[in-house]
Amino acid sequence: MKKNDIILAISLVIVAIICAIFIQVFVKKDGNVAVVSIDGQVYKELSLNENTEIDLDHTCGVDGYNVLVIENGKAYMKDADCADKVCVHQGKISKVGETVVCLPHKVVIEIKGENTELDGVVQ
Amino acid sequence: MNNNSRRIAVCGVLTALALIFSYIEALIPIPIGIPGVKLGIANIAIIAVIYIVGDTEAIIVNILRIVLTGILFGNLYSFLFSLAGGMLSVILMILVKKTKKLSMVGVSIIGGVTHNIGQIVAAVFLMDNVAIAYYLPILIVAGVITGIVIGCVCQLATKRIAANFKA
Repeated sequence: MKKNDIILAISLVIVAIICAIFIQVFVKKDGNVAVVSIDGQVYKELSLNENTEIDLDHTCGVDGYNVLVIENGKAYMKDADCADKVCVHQGKISKVGETVVCLPHKVVIEIKGENTELDGVVQ
Repeated sequence: MNNNSRRIAVCGVLTALALIFSYIEALIPIPIGIPGVKLGIANIAIIAVIYIVGDTEAIIVNILRIVLTGILFGNLYSFLFSLAGGMLSVILMILVKKTKKLSMVGVSIIGGVTHNIGQIVAAVFLMDNVAIAYYLPILIVAGVITGIVIGCVCQLATKRIAANFKA
């Protein structure tokens, strides 16, 4: 490996980081609804513009409980009684296409915009 | 054996090697959940052709590999993706090698990164979906990492191949 190879590798990684920041900040659109799905069925669509806190429990078909909070245009799972609490640790989401998933309770929160774009499949 | 038939024989052996590598690669998925990330081991054979035989031969071997892989193991989409990625990467690797500024590892990094860029560009056009380009940063990093690994393997491999098959 020559010195130039290392310079090339490092500069490409820097370009990738700049691209990633650019996409995250300028290209990804802020969503306006959080779609709550339970066991594959859409349960509720919540506007991100209104601050709310809802409990998802056995009354809406969840095997346990999750507390979903919408605050300042961001959605996050405040609490859950599942063993791993991955959904709580996934943090706040606000951009179109981002999701929070609670696998044990089969709860999915997905952010959608006005014109929802389909995800593509690349092989 | 005269020089020309030696050249043809080496190209044939390396085309077969590239084809087998493409097949092996299709068998081992990389479980990191990002579409399009793969090792690029077929590039070992292509780089070997660039360094041992020549530029034109490398382009021909690469086209043969892509067409044969497409017919044997792929579908129309995977064929078009690998055509876009494969041709862009082989042409840029040849150009970069000509500058003599980079070693085989650097050439391999260029190959890995441009292969991924070519596939993303093809995907954006074929699926008419710009959102696929969001994968670009992660695919560039993946290309750098696999490029370094493949480049190191190439340095070891071409030394041994060249010793036996100097064209």
